[in-house]
Amino acid sequence: MVSGILLLRRQPSVVPGFGITLGVSLTWLSLIILIPLAALFLKTTELSFERFVAIVTSPRTLHALELSFGLALAAAATNLVFGLIAVWVLVRYEFPARRMFDAVIDIPFALPTAVAGIALTNLYAENGWIGSLLAPLGIKVAFTQLGIFVALVFIGLPFVVRTVQPVLQDLEAELEEVAATLGASRWTTIRRVIFPTLVPALLTGFALAFARAVGEYGSVIFIAGNLPNVSEIAPLLIIIRLEEFRYADATAIAAVMLVASFILLLIINLLQRWSERRAGKR
Amino acid sequence: MSFNPVIQSQETVDLLATSFAPALVMHRSRRDGRADPLWLQWTLTGVALFFLTIFIVIPLVNVFAQALAKGVAAYVAAISHPDALAAIWLTVVAAVVAVVLNVVFGTITAWAITKYEFRGKSLLISLVDLPFSVSPVISGLVFILLFGAQGYFGPWLQDNDIKIVFAVPGIILATVFVTFPFVARELIPLMREQGIQDEEAALSLGASGLRTFFRVTLPNVKWALLYGVLLTNARAMGEFGAVSVVSGHIRGETNTMPLHIEILYNEYQFMAAFAVASLLAFLALVTLVAKVVLEKRIARTTR
Repeated sequence: MVSGILLLRRQPSVVPGFGITLGVSLTWLSLIILIPLAALFLKTTELSFERFVAIVTSPRTLHALELSFGLALAAAATNLVFGLIAVWVLVRYEFPARRMFDAVIDIPFALPTAVAGIALTNLYAENGWIGSLLAPLGIKVAFTQLGIFVALVFIGLPFVVRTVQPVLQDLEAELEEVAATLGASRWTTIRRVIFPTLVPALLTGFALAFARAVGEYGSVIFIAGNLPNVSEIAPLLIIIRLEEFRYADATAIAAVMLVASFILLLIINLLQRWSERRAGKR
Repeated sequence: MSFNPVIQSQETVDLLATSFAPALVMHRSRRDGRADPLWLQWTLTGVALFFLTIFIVIPLVNVFAQALAKGVAAYVAAISHPDALAAIWLTVVAAVVAVVLNVVFGTITAWAITKYEFRGKSLLISLVDLPFSVSPVISGLVFILLFGAQGYFGPWLQDNDIKIVFAVPGIILATVFVTFPFVARELIPLMREQGIQDEEAALSLGASGLRTFFRVTLPNVKWALLYGVLLTNARAMGEFGAVSVVSGHIRGETNTMPLHIEILYNEYQFMAAFAVASLLAFLALVTLVAKVVLEKRIARTTR
């Protein structure tokens, strides 16, 4: 407490090394991140505008982009619903193996995407553990768009859970008790007291899961089937164009995806700031 | 004896609930208003556990089951195949380089961000996080555009007989790119919370800047730094998309473990693919256990 008060009175920059550490940071950042990303945009500007539009609006590219964005949206929405249920159960209830299930949430973060990819493909193939149960029902998952959806749900789940979990944990019990004391039903309390507090975190988690799913490659390509105009995602099309030495095409598609992720990043930042302000007010 | 009959009756209700449903005990619900009805608890828990089991637990179990499908001897043969060993070696090399570089520069970046006030700081933090929002495929593509045959530095590199893309340096560059944020990200919140009082005290007692860093700052953040190393290593060893673009897929030379898994799988050597995959899955499990341990230690240092 005392040192905190002293700190306020002191001049902040007594720690040496500002110039050198900031200089080294910016140089490293430029070399590894900024210059390579700038190269992508520079390469895109070498294309004429007509050429760029022609590449991006070609039916195959459009389909790949629609597929990547559409399925990412569907997967993020699924994770929003089941992620919220998982958070609620993990924070509020006590049951056997609760801590194990809590730890399990991080597996999609830690498991390499190629490993997840072959594991999911094997599971949902017609002779796999889950695929063989679904086959008699006429449901095909592996090598269809549904398979891509399953992979994107897998990789996106931790983003929703780990963003919402701390907010629900910090929610003060008194708020709910007051609502109950004032005569609110349990459902009203959830709808009018708990849910509004969780909204910023839910949206942030949704946006993070969506951003990750849009660019996902490793876990998807094994299960996708990769048929052009059917189950070919945008990142795969970039690789196909590269292998055909059509660098301009690859670069144009990448530029569109990169701009989309920058916009998403901006939205996520704004959401997080909103979320922090909400938390600060309480 | 009791001054509060309401609470007493709630305890009785809890007791009854516990005796009827020993597996599912209400958590932190001693007080009115926070307890969900028991049927709802059962339903939600069932839905959540079913979802987590189907989507996460079973895929993980499947990796090990498929890896051992043809017995231990076949498993050992698959992971000791020369191509597999070469892939493991390259993966370790790339991960070690990525970890070392990101520890050094990530720590310097975290120091610059947390120990001083300057304009544009929040922009710098966003830039550090940037690789997280870039598709892995694009993370590899940018290095092709810089160092590939048709890239900006391509002709110069060819004249000087230096190979970056489709060789080990490209793999390392792509790995460093995708793991860039982890160390700084783990350090920044902790170092910000700890402030600069400790450093100021050391400096005012006459310690040099470097000595202050190694004797004061580093011990304060060692667990968070270790956690950053852990995450960097896990991602570096598992990176697939970015490395796939720059690797060239030369067996025994530029194949990392994830790329080797892909080749085996595409050749219908499923068991061998899962055998190599099980090593990475095991690494993921170790990472998760270490994460739980480290998070507790980090929470203790923040107080």
